[in-house]
Amino acid sequence: MTTTRVWCDRCGEPADAGGHPACRAARELEPPRFCAHCRRRMKVQVLPVGWAAACVEHGELRG
Amino acid sequence: MPEILDQARKQVLENGVGLDEAGVLAVLNLPDEHLPAALQLAHEVRMRWCGPEVEVEGIVSLKTGGCPEDCHFCSQSGLFTSPVRSVLLDIPSLVKAAKQTAATGATEFCIVAAVRGPDARLMKQLREGVAAIRAEVDIQIAASLGMLSQEQVDELVDMGVHRYNHNLETCRSYFPNVVTTHSWEERWETLRMVRESGMEVCCGGILGLGETVEQRAEFAAQLASLDPHEVPLNFLNPRPGTPLGDRPVVEGKDALRAIAAFRLAMPRTILRYAGGRELTLGDLGTREGLLGGINAVIVGNYLTTLGRPATDDLALLDDLKMPVKALSATL
Ligand code: SF4
Ligand SMILES: [Zn+2]
Ligand SMILES: [Zn+2]
Repeated sequence: MTTTRVWCDRCGEPADAGGHPACRAARELEPPRFCAHCRRRMKVQVLPVGWAAACVEHGELRG
Repeated sequence: MPEILDQARKQVLENGVGLDEAGVLAVLNLPDEHLPAALQLAHEVRMRWCGPEVEVEGIVSLKTGGCPEDCHFCSQSGLFTSPVRSVLLDIPSLVKAAKQTAATGATEFCIVAAVRGPDARLMKQLREGVAAIRAEVDIQIAASLGMLSQEQVDELVDMGVHRYNHNLETCRSYFPNVVTTHSWEERWETLRMVRESGMEVCCGGILGLGETVEQRAEFAAQLASLDPHEVPLNFLNPRPGTPLGDRPVVEGKDALRAIAAFRLAMPRTILRYAGGRELTLGDLGTREGLLGGINAVIVGNYLTTLGRPATDDLALLDDLKMPVKALSATL
């Protein structure tokens, strides 16, 4: 299992040095959609308070 | 004072009769310098015909994504390359979401599913979910499950669902540009059955889909003719991968003009801030809208995107001295 964040969790493109400023701004009002480790699309449940995002390989994130 | 606002003061504020399509269009076309007066009048209309209370609602997605329809704004359609995946919410999590919503002081909890219309499995899930919520949480339950058959309408009434949301989304003339897998008339038919069942009708839409100002006025007039109990007003939040993903967001002043105009078209309806307000209006605009005709909010997160924390909205209402509508007042 890798722990480096290789992919942008919003657009699923490679996480480059620029850091995807538009994606980062959008993420203030969005949950992640892609696993940052493997680029899989995650199953995301938004709740009135918080969200949960699951990657089959890398487990669940909550926010 | 522009003539349309003088007319609205007599017709809408004093007599409670909403503006027609031409009147709404005149408000939507008001130059910026008259926007404060339009908002002020819309606020007076809201206070006179609805009162100072604000209805607070939370929403949750029971079934997310994978929808067979093609509403061009929607990240939950399975027909676009949107990153939103299908997921189902289990009943314990649904009850927890209802509890979190009630804890904010909200009186409304709307359960939403991304479907053309519900199948037997979804209706069963909803029945169990509604029963579980009613056993543990003091909150009114609304639902939004797409197009319904008469049997399904009756079933929802039987479950105790008190309000049904089904948005027309945009005016009749523009609808085919936004949705091709079903018609505006099919949506209208569901709304007709809901109305006849005695459930409260909640019907609104999204501004910023590419409709003209004339079509915005058309939409307000069509909603007014439906006379819904509640109108949720969304502003497009362009979603990656959808056909409308590259559209610009609605300009703040245009959004405020629309809020005032929709209120002047429908003096008695619950006019609710729904999705996209954070992006289009920000904190300042949110406040202006609440002082310009809005009398209800969705607090917390939306279905696939996040809202600002409920506490921020509640603090704003407190600051504006607008009481949150209590459960006893709504029963
Ligand atoms: S029917 Fe509802 S969930 Fe399905 S694509 Fe249209 S707006 Fe989205
Ligand atoms: Zn990105
Ligand atoms: Zn992963």
